[in-house]
Amino acid sequence: MDLWKPQPVGRLPRFRQSLSRKSCVLDQLLQHCLNALVLGGTYALLGIGLTLIFGIMRVVNFTHGELYSFGAYMMFMFVMLLHLDFFLSLVLAMLLGIALGAAIEFLLLRKLRGADIDTTMLVMIGAWIAMQNLEQLVWSGVAKSIKTPFPSSPLVMGALSVSWNRLFVLAVALGLILCTYALVNRTRLGRAMRATFQDPDTAALMGVDIGTIYMSTFALGSGLAAAAGALLGPIFVVTPTMGDLASLKAFAIVILGGLGNIVGATIGGFILAFIEELGAGYISSGYRDAMGFLLIIAILLVRPTGLFSRKERIG
Amino acid sequence: MRRLATIAGLAFLFSIPLWLGNFYLLHVCIITGIFIIAAMSLNLLLGYTGQLSLGQAAFFGIGAYVSSLASLGFEVHLLPDWLVTVDPKPVWFGMACAVVVTGLCGWAIGRIAFKVRGAYFVIVTISFAEVVRLVALNWDELTQGPMALNNIPPLSLVIPGLLDITFIGKVANYYLVLVFAILSYGIIARLVRSRAGRAMIALKENEALAASVGIDVTKYLVLATVMSAAIAGAAGALYAHYVRIVDPNVFLFIYTVTMVIMVVAGGKGTLAGPVVGGVIFGLLPEGLRSLAIAPEVQWIVYGILMILVVYLLPQGIVPALRPFLQHRRHLDAQKQPPADIPASEAMS
Repeated sequence: MDLWKPQPVGRLPRFRQSLSRKSCVLDQLLQHCLNALVLGGTYALLGIGLTLIFGIMRVVNFTHGELYSFGAYMMFMFVMLLHLDFFLSLVLAMLLGIALGAAIEFLLLRKLRGADIDTTMLVMIGAWIAMQNLEQLVWSGVAKSIKTPFPSSPLVMGALSVSWNRLFVLAVALGLILCTYALVNRTRLGRAMRATFQDPDTAALMGVDIGTIYMSTFALGSGLAAAAGALLGPIFVVTPTMGDLASLKAFAIVILGGLGNIVGATIGGFILAFIEELGAGYISSGYRDAMGFLLIIAILLVRPTGLFSRKERIG
Repeated sequence: MRRLATIAGLAFLFSIPLWLGNFYLLHVCIITGIFIIAAMSLNLLLGYTGQLSLGQAAFFGIGAYVSSLASLGFEVHLLPDWLVTVDPKPVWFGMACAVVVTGLCGWAIGRIAFKVRGAYFVIVTISFAEVVRLVALNWDELTQGPMALNNIPPLSLVIPGLLDITFIGKVANYYLVLVFAILSYGIIARLVRSRAGRAMIALKENEALAASVGIDVTKYLVLATVMSAAIAGAAGALYAHYVRIVDPNVFLFIYTVTMVIMVVAGGKGTLAGPVVGGVIFGLLPEGLRSLAIAPEVQWIVYGILMILVVYLLPQGIVPALRPFLQHRRHLDAQKQPPADIPASEAMS
């Protein structure tokens, strides 16, 4: 009997059927993981930006999500309205995010240095409300989409498929994460940042200009958030309220990874993306966005200092 | 003198529906009143224990949903083959359920969230509110999801042969909200002037020191959260039976922010603060609306005002006025014999 002859589908041997079902389940799982990997890159960018600001400046930055949507809107403006090159727009969006971050630090936070955490938090909430509604006023509430120069047909690997745009996002995100890591751990500015994180007063006594460090930290964090928005904007659509969930997710990542911990935030970003993607795929897509919050609550219950923290204590 | 001012103020509040012919403005007053109750509940946590809870809208919304569901009745599958049916209950019973359930939620959240402090506490409370919102949005068998709960019955009090009031219409609801507001004010005033209230203030000032003199930190923080949640839940129930429609948007973060602005602007940690802040920020949107500007601009003004309040009046309006009032009281005290002091304490 020739097994390799094509047979009618209804008469497939039993083992072949079960094998194909199993491989289908596996393919689905791999596809979810692939999607999570792409999402995780941008989550990590958001989380790193916030963990630096939160860790070094002790500011609960509610405008983080607005910087994210700011990046996405700048991308929309450059690509769709001014018809600039896609990659140039990405760089410009990030630079503008850095500038806006520096401006926020200079205008709002500089005078409040040393104020308690609730005071700065209230100022940041006020800034967040004002920025979000300004965005709504300028761009209207209608969702915007951004054209990309990537081929519309996805890259197919066996049963898996991923769009070129998403691969590009993952690559840029990983590149930016590495750059930030190198900046903080290998440069003079980074050393001053880490010193300020450990003890601002002593760092100031050693000749570190705390004002400059705070401003560059806030600008760097904001730039990363804007980059995340500019990267994800073309994949999803751009709306004025897109930043709200981004802010809250970034908080989840910071708590997951521990305060001021870049590696922790990176891993935290990927963990959150995996949990969301798998939770949406296998439990309920309606509760996708709840996963991060449940995760925060669970982690703070079990290990209030975050998963990867070394000596930071929460008090 | 002080008592006289209180009576005059209350008489003014009770007289508003008599001379205010405009029903829309009365509606604004009712909504403002409901938010003032919620702001007072937030003040208990933020002002007296020093914990910034940004999940207050969750308690407000849970109160609204519990009370409406109890008075509408519902059917829900808790497990695929376990159907729970609840027949419509009287509205007052629904409101009592709302207070009890939100109090229990407050207890649970307090036990969980007070493992952490500061920014982490804030984030836990935001997370809680967001999870509750998503549940209200997605559990549509129970909450109807974005379709909202409609036709919620108004509150009616029936004592056979004695009393039969249905709180329908603006005037009746205004008095209902006013009575609830006075009640909540009284409860909070009584609480913060009691031993428990002094313990809470001690925790705000210096937690380590308070713990070292034997104050049970978690007990008093959880007590404050339970009271705060229950009052916010009552405010939510009032809201549900007044507007008679509840959708998942009651959980939106912006409502919490509104309460925070009211408390901070008025003066956290003062009894009158949330009332003053609530009147200003409850009526301000109407003032801005009458200038015929876009709602976005209203919110931008709101945000900027919030920043300005923090910069210019970091303690809030009421504490900023206090030196002036204390000067007056000083003059009063000179005129009257000091026997007046126990009387004012007895009033509390």
